[in-house]
Amino acid sequence: MNSASCAAKISTQPFSLNPTSPTSHDNPLVFPKPTSFFLGSTRKLRLSSSSKLNLHRRSGTVVAVSDVVKQKKSKSTPSLLITKEEGLELYEDMILGRAFEDMCAQMYYRGKMFGFVHLYNGQEAVSTGFIKLLKQQDSVVSTYRDHVHALSKGVPARAVMSELFGKTTGCCRGQGGSMHMFSREHNLLGGFAFIGEGIPVATGAAFTSKYKREILKEADCDHVTLAFFGDGTCNNGQFFECLNMAALWKLPIVFVVENNLWAIGMSHLRATSDPQIYKKGPAFGMPGIHVDGMDVLKVREVAKEAIGRARRGEGPTLVECETYRFRGHSLADPDELRDPAEKAYYAARDPITALKKYLIENSLASEADLKAIDKKIDEVVEDAVEFADESPVPSRSQLLENVFADPKGFGIGPDGRYRCEDPKFTEGTAHV
Amino acid sequence: MGFRNIIGRRLGLGLVRRRKPFSTATCDGDGNGNAKSINLYSAINQALHIALETDNRAFVFGEDVSFGGVFRCTTGLADRFGKARVFNTPLCEQGIVGFGIGLAAMGNRAIAEIQFADYIYPAFDQIVNEAAKFRYRSGNQFNCGGLTIRAPYGAVGHGGHYHSQSPEAFFCHVPGIKVVIPRSPRQAKGLLLSCIRDPNPVVFFEPKWLYRLAVEEVPEHDYMLPLSEAEVIRQGSDITLVGWGAQLSVMEQACNEAEKDGISCELIDLKTLLPWDKETVEASVRKTGRVLISHEAPVTGGFGAEISASIVERCFLRLEAPVARVCGLDTPFPLVFEPFYMPTKNKILDAIKATVNY
Repeated sequence: MNSASCAAKISTQPFSLNPTSPTSHDNPLVFPKPTSFFLGSTRKLRLSSSSKLNLHRRSGTVVAVSDVVKQKKSKSTPSLLITKEEGLELYEDMILGRAFEDMCAQMYYRGKMFGFVHLYNGQEAVSTGFIKLLKQQDSVVSTYRDHVHALSKGVPARAVMSELFGKTTGCCRGQGGSMHMFSREHNLLGGFAFIGEGIPVATGAAFTSKYKREILKEADCDHVTLAFFGDGTCNNGQFFECLNMAALWKLPIVFVVENNLWAIGMSHLRATSDPQIYKKGPAFGMPGIHVDGMDVLKVREVAKEAIGRARRGEGPTLVECETYRFRGHSLADPDELRDPAEKAYYAARDPITALKKYLIENSLASEADLKAIDKKIDEVVEDAVEFADESPVPSRSQLLENVFADPKGFGIGPDGRYRCEDPKFTEGTAHV
Repeated sequence: MGFRNIIGRRLGLGLVRRRKPFSTATCDGDGNGNAKSINLYSAINQALHIALETDNRAFVFGEDVSFGGVFRCTTGLADRFGKARVFNTPLCEQGIVGFGIGLAAMGNRAIAEIQFADYIYPAFDQIVNEAAKFRYRSGNQFNCGGLTIRAPYGAVGHGGHYHSQSPEAFFCHVPGIKVVIPRSPRQAKGLLLSCIRDPNPVVFFEPKWLYRLAVEEVPEHDYMLPLSEAEVIRQGSDITLVGWGAQLSVMEQACNEAEKDGISCELIDLKTLLPWDKETVEASVRKTGRVLISHEAPVTGGFGAEISASIVERCFLRLEAPVARVCGLDTPFPLVFEPFYMPTKNKILDAIKATVNY
């Protein structure tokens, strides 16, 4: 019904366009009112059964989790969704993500970092909600909007900031930059500039985990892989191929769609024949869930089930998180296309504000506790910037390293020494 | 996409019906009529406007093209020609190009935009296996000559691994398509119009570094520049330099410096890499006896290798020195190390001197 109404909007458009109107970046298509079908409202999502989350059935029932969570809350008000420690942990992680990204913007405009930087402001609930449930050995595969995924997974803020500045102390020794955060220690498999490229990689990582458990009989191996990607990616072939493989082989993976409605300047509603991405899960034989991605507690509930499913060996899940990025696509994006009403609507649903309210209203934490965390995180971020500033720039020989397995790169030259040690090889006969 | 709308516009609104005689012979690109100083993306924008104006079965599509594109090359097209002809596609390069092949096979002019040349690889299969072989394997019953794929390529100073690649060498290895790279706004407009109207599928790489930086007087009228003709943009007698795209401005600087040392350099812009103009380059090498090729792509297997091999085949006895190649290093395009990776003016200068003094 909703796809039809969208289609109707598209087909009538050419007639109403006035060719002499000044070229503007305003989208002629009006953004649907916030009360429309799946934006924030879960009324229209069908609940197949009342209180249980039917994630176990292979036929993939779609469950409106937000409804279930609401029910839980009203049924038994004294039972809260999280403990104080968990609440503070979540709060701290989200504040770290937000403060870090804000500092990135500052540093970028001061010229300390360069390249294409994509910030995560507004989407923290998804990263925190999912990644904080993982163990160190679980893997995370991300996109170019990966700073906060790295931080949530445990990569120190210092390492991430240094990487952004391009210094040797960065998590990838300065070779990756903003879009390519990797960490073997924390099992962060990147950082992919190319949309959709990470999903097959995540699928392979999930296969390894299953293989270890079932074939190599490492009984304790129940590692799960999370693949994060956006709404635009859901129209890409790689996404569908991997949904198929994961469901076919029942891989321990969770596909997390961070649907922020925009792929640079392309609205999700105008790019997708059926904008309800979670429906694509059942088509491949896995459950598809839609959750309010601006509410960390709801995300966490869904994540628990999805990750639990994967750990128990029941196969993959597709989770669509409805979220929003407060800034433009990247720091170079003037962000003129999005309706200010839409931005305001989501700004009012800031996940950090929501969690803060929850913690205080339910007496899990006081204002003072939260302020203390804010201050602590400010210091962490400041320290990260100082550390990154003072770190050394990589030496030129690093340019040739790690092209092949031999980390010194390019192997041995005719004189029997490593070629990268020959100053002429990197400098040429010229000075740069 | 509302085909009813296209027909409505054709008949009802009495759009331009004239069809230009499409040949790739030179129409003049020099100063006949008004010329304005504009940059590269504006020149490309003008070319696209003209292409859509003169052929009402031309389409422009790709990611984010309707608001103007991330480099503003498609500004104003959607407003002027409507969303049935200028539209955004979802994020699926393979789909974009394959879809373009289908459009072209049915007689339309499909101008597909790939947002960065680094993202063209999913479409590589469609380009190599379908676009290049369509006419050949259907025995000329069908062809996708109306397909033009535009992609910004090349270093931009801060692009890193996936916003700076130069993949032209991969495409030059495919018989059946053409590869064209302009060096400046005026060239870009003329070449792009020729590519769009050429009856073969073309991959058109635009040097993204020059989108705003290069400014030139560009005639406002419709003109085309010939494909497969290289241009000698600087006369000289001691050494021939061959290049394309943004690299030419770097080479030009090196030539100026070399001049101070008394070395007279001849600089050739290939313009079309496939099929490339061997005769012009050969004639120049016969004059100078030395040749240097420079490109941003990694040196091993880059297009410079093909030029080098061909020249050696043809001019072996005339050559006074080995063919020099000053190219990017054999590593993935680096982020922090970009200045060391690039074939800079100094590296070219040194190579010129080394070749001349061989």
